[in-house]
Amino acid sequence: MLKLLLSRLATAIPSIVGVVVVTFMLTRLLPGDPAAYFAGLAASPQAIAEIRTKLGLDKSLPEQFVTYLVDLAHGNLGNSLSTGQPVVTEIATRLPASAELTLLALILAVGIAIPLGVLAAVKQGTWIDHLCRIVTTAGVSLPVFFTGLLFAYVFYYLLQWAPAPSGRLDVFLSPPTHITGFYLIDSALTGNMEVFWGALRQLALPAISMAIFSLAPLARMTRGSMLAVLGSDFIRTARASGLAPGTVVFTYAFRNAVLPVITVLGMVFSFLLGANVLVETVFAWPGIGLYAVNALITSDYAPVQGFVLTMAILYVALNLTIDLLYGLVDPRVRLDS
Amino acid sequence: MNLLRHARYVLSENPVTGLAFALFALLLMAAIFGPLIAPYSPLQSNAAMALKPPSAAHWFGTDQLGRDIFSRVLVATRLDLSIAFASVILAFMLGALSGVAAGYFGGWTDRVVGRLADTIMAFPLFVLAMGIVAALGNEVINIVIATAIINFPLYARVARAEANVRREAGFVEAARLSGNGEARVLLGHVLPNIMPIMMVQMSLTMGYAILNAAGLSFIGLGVRPPAPEWGIMVAEGANFIQSGEWWIALFPGAALMLAVFCFNLLGDGLRDIIDPRQRT
Repeated sequence: MLKLLLSRLATAIPSIVGVVVVTFMLTRLLPGDPAAYFAGLAASPQAIAEIRTKLGLDKSLPEQFVTYLVDLAHGNLGNSLSTGQPVVTEIATRLPASAELTLLALILAVGIAIPLGVLAAVKQGTWIDHLCRIVTTAGVSLPVFFTGLLFAYVFYYLLQWAPAPSGRLDVFLSPPTHITGFYLIDSALTGNMEVFWGALRQLALPAISMAIFSLAPLARMTRGSMLAVLGSDFIRTARASGLAPGTVVFTYAFRNAVLPVITVLGMVFSFLLGANVLVETVFAWPGIGLYAVNALITSDYAPVQGFVLTMAILYVALNLTIDLLYGLVDPRVRLDS
Repeated sequence: MNLLRHARYVLSENPVTGLAFALFALLLMAAIFGPLIAPYSPLQSNAAMALKPPSAAHWFGTDQLGRDIFSRVLVATRLDLSIAFASVILAFMLGALSGVAAGYFGGWTDRVVGRLADTIMAFPLFVLAMGIVAALGNEVINIVIATAIINFPLYARVARAEANVRREAGFVEAARLSGNGEARVLLGHVLPNIMPIMMVQMSLTMGYAILNAAGLSFIGLGVRPPAPEWGIMVAEGANFIQSGEWWIALFPGAALMLAVFCFNLLGDGLRDIIDPRQRT
């Protein structure tokens, strides 16, 4: 087991190296003078020259790369132009908001997609199978920002069921005591049920919009994988041996069918992290996605670089977790390595 | 001739694919003839007629500057489809060429292309596209480049797998024996042979390319107002959704959904025509 862990960690290292190199290169690709970008649009020539020496942009490329690595090791991602704050603190403050939204969306997506896929496979050809196919094709075609807007219009403006898309909590409620930064967990832990429901109501629309978007590949994969497993010999033997249909489907078929679904989770996370940015823009959700979009609009470059780096490292870590999870679920991987 | 008969057979079996082809033809017509048949100029503003709901005069209503939304959605087809086509073709050229080289020659080519694809896949793709457009500058051409780069690994992977399978095939050996150099065998024999599969990939990723371009312009990258483009129009409409003017964002969004839906169905249909074994 430990050997599996170490070998998976080893494969993550080239990814991290690649990520760091690419984010470094992105800064050097800026059209014109990078110093002018970091100094801001309204900077005088002296300010630009100052920034150039301060950030070491006049040195050679390998030297700049070493400085970049040293900065990263110290957790220094530069300062934001508009707020003057260090990028790394701003990202750290906003990360729980994005993480809570993305995790809730993932739980919703998995909770709907997997049962739907299993049902569609078990009852192939019936209305539930067709419903599953419609949901998957439509879900893949809808732009996530459009779904979010549509939901905001229908459920907030028309039906008044959902609260105004004004951030994580209604203005009248105050955030719970900070334990994890996740409002749902913190308010539940401190027994603050009013804040819990308030946070959940604000989370509902954005999370559902994101979930619908990632539903499709999961449902499609679950259905396909279940169909393949249900057609295999050992299931036929199980049925012939007289096992109850429920046992056949859940104890035997499902466990085998869930493996490709875990593999597809990596791609789903890529979608989710991208959709995160769009949904945060639509619902004015104070996470790192909105932070990066605002920085882009004001041509504030350091936060964007920090954002890309953070998201990429998060994604590598997530893929590593999925790999390990796969190793946990499938004993063959453990025994092979 | 055989292909046409086979295609007609598949279309009769699966009318949804026929619908997809018809929709694709409609989109192409809109892209080519849109500016000519649009009832109003997409850029002409008319403050007196601002924020009017759909009516007989303005089928999709007007936006905050009094511009006719139907004309804007129609004309935007050209820009959106061109961006998507251009990025898909660029991704194909980069990906298919490196992929077949990697699959055919193996060794160092394979390792380099593999590393490149893995490095790109290490990022959440939309985030990488944001970073690339931010780095290269806020122009439409950079949206094309960014979308092409994030689609590159998929094409490279498929091309590599297919070239690997065909490396020892009979027709490849025959081409080699006829005295063709390796490059000629690769480009003149292997690549044309995998074209049908690459066409399916291209059609499937067209939908994704449109969504990507729209997403990037929704957050303000690339296309700038007043250029009519579906993503920007949804972004402009987003400001008015909360005050009830739903038509500004709905119609461009619906057009987006229609286009992506069409390309997804088209890709599925093409896949059924070309390789019946892969039907789901």
